[in-house]
Amino acid sequence: MTAGIGTARGVAHAPGRLTRMLILGGVGLVFAVPILAMIEFTLRRGLVGGYDFQRWIELFQNGLTGEYAPILAALVNSVGLAVGTVAIVLVLLVPTMLLVHIRFPRLRRTLEILCILPISIPAIVLVVGLAPVFSVLARYVGSGVWTLAFAYGITVLPFAYRAIQSNLDGVDVRTLSEAARTLGAGWAGVLLRVLVPNLRRGILAGAFIAVAVVLGEFTIASLLSRVNLQTALVVVSKNDPYSAVILSLLALFVAFLLLLAIGRLGTERRRPARAFTPTPTTSTSGGDQS
Amino acid sequence: MPAAAFGLLPFAVYVLLFLALPTLIAVGTGFLGNDGGFTLDTVAALGDPVVLAAFGSSIWLSALTAIIGAVVGALVCYALLGARPDGALRSTVDSLSSVIAQFGGAMLAFAFTATIGIQGMVTLLLQERLGIDIFADGVWLYELPGLVLPYIYFQVPLMIITFMPALASLKPTWAEANATLGGTARTYWLRIGLPVLAPSFLGSLLLLFANAFSSYATAATLTSQGAQIVPLQIRSALTSETMLGRENLAGALALGMILVMTVVMIGYSRLQSRAARWQR
Repeated sequence: MTAGIGTARGVAHAPGRLTRMLILGGVGLVFAVPILAMIEFTLRRGLVGGYDFQRWIELFQNGLTGEYAPILAALVNSVGLAVGTVAIVLVLLVPTMLLVHIRFPRLRRTLEILCILPISIPAIVLVVGLAPVFSVLARYVGSGVWTLAFAYGITVLPFAYRAIQSNLDGVDVRTLSEAARTLGAGWAGVLLRVLVPNLRRGILAGAFIAVAVVLGEFTIASLLSRVNLQTALVVVSKNDPYSAVILSLLALFVAFLLLLAIGRLGTERRRPARAFTPTPTTSTSGGDQS
Repeated sequence: MPAAAFGLLPFAVYVLLFLALPTLIAVGTGFLGNDGGFTLDTVAALGDPVVLAAFGSSIWLSALTAIIGAVVGALVCYALLGARPDGALRSTVDSLSSVIAQFGGAMLAFAFTATIGIQGMVTLLLQERLGIDIFADGVWLYELPGLVLPYIYFQVPLMIITFMPALASLKPTWAEANATLGGTARTYWLRIGLPVLAPSFLGSLLLLFANAFSSYATAATLTSQGAQIVPLQIRSALTSETMLGRENLAGALALGMILVMTVVMIGYSRLQSRAARWQR
């Protein structure tokens, strides 16, 4: 009887090892093809045929200086914008969602519609209206690249909202916060020590999406004439498609490592909380690491 | 209570300044004539056959890639169900999905040109090894059909990111209850899992549709000529300075896009209230 129930690790009806490998392997393989094609493209030796690392070596020997210095500056811009956008999600969106969920349940629909709204407003539409807003904004805070984070905060709103809301739906936030309040916690304590740890997966997923959105954003930056990674790559590709592809691959790889690091950061912090799960091995190792 | 209401203020002000205001400005221009006064002439341009064809192509492209993306993405989520949430597999897939979901614009155009472009790796392999010429009927990569594969490439990872939390919130007690009552894995999925997940799945599907419908950067970098889909028509309306009055057409096109998206959003909102039945 127990063979049919996959309740291992608290997850119901997880697929078997073979099924999982087939699905992940198949999808992974198909998704690897364009990346492999990009790598193959950069190794081509032109008309002579065959492959070598000449283009990679040249790019690395010259470094991101001279011709490619703008790419480095653009990358710095994009990373800064990612940080700013995640900050907007954490400081503005998460507390508002929790406040509405706990204290103003009647506003839930309103908040939801508001947060999903940006998806019905494509970047190319939004940018037309953003241009005058940004020209007014420039008078007060300047026209620095970082101001784009205000626009990106809106762009990531639907994705961050859905990720956090999915998690919020699976957690009984009201009971948790009432219990914490009964035990004498203040609102800050409820938020930071009870709710945020319980919603970590959703918040983390929201932050993931925010970072990825910002690193890949092209429309708003290009139409508001500000430089970010994507607009700089397009400029490079016009003269030198091989280097543009190499830089794209590097950018993808760096973005992947960055997100992996952020993901690990989240799971490291989760460990101490695991001390309360009835699995003895996790509780001891978790205690050592914290 | 009133004190807590002030907590809603910062978000409200932010949304008002950077969402409501720009939207009103953008859509408002659709009702402006060349003299700057109110007119319905610009909006009437939405009935033009060329504009209607673009809307048809946009909807077809978005629906197709959303369905394929949602099904494949949900399968990957299911495959990840037993994996440890903090394990190497999950964090790798999460990070990869986040990167690829936004792997739009220039990079995606480069990738598919290198894969199925005229000199692409797959194009050449098929030609040399199997004798299949994928461009026998002409090069379709830089036209509407060429957008399908790149769009699927960013739809699947987006599905993984948005659907995984819903799948992970399935309660183990439901599986236990199912087993106690003599149910199998099959009855669990058919009677419990799928019905509970259906609204979340359809919600994610609509999110994917919206994502493709409003996507601009990939199409803009891949198709340099023509404007088969609505975002590209807005681009040409915005950038062509030769024809007077064209910027107001952009406002009308924007209004049309927002109308389609509103229909999608109403569907999404209905689904969410259904999903809420299983909460609390």
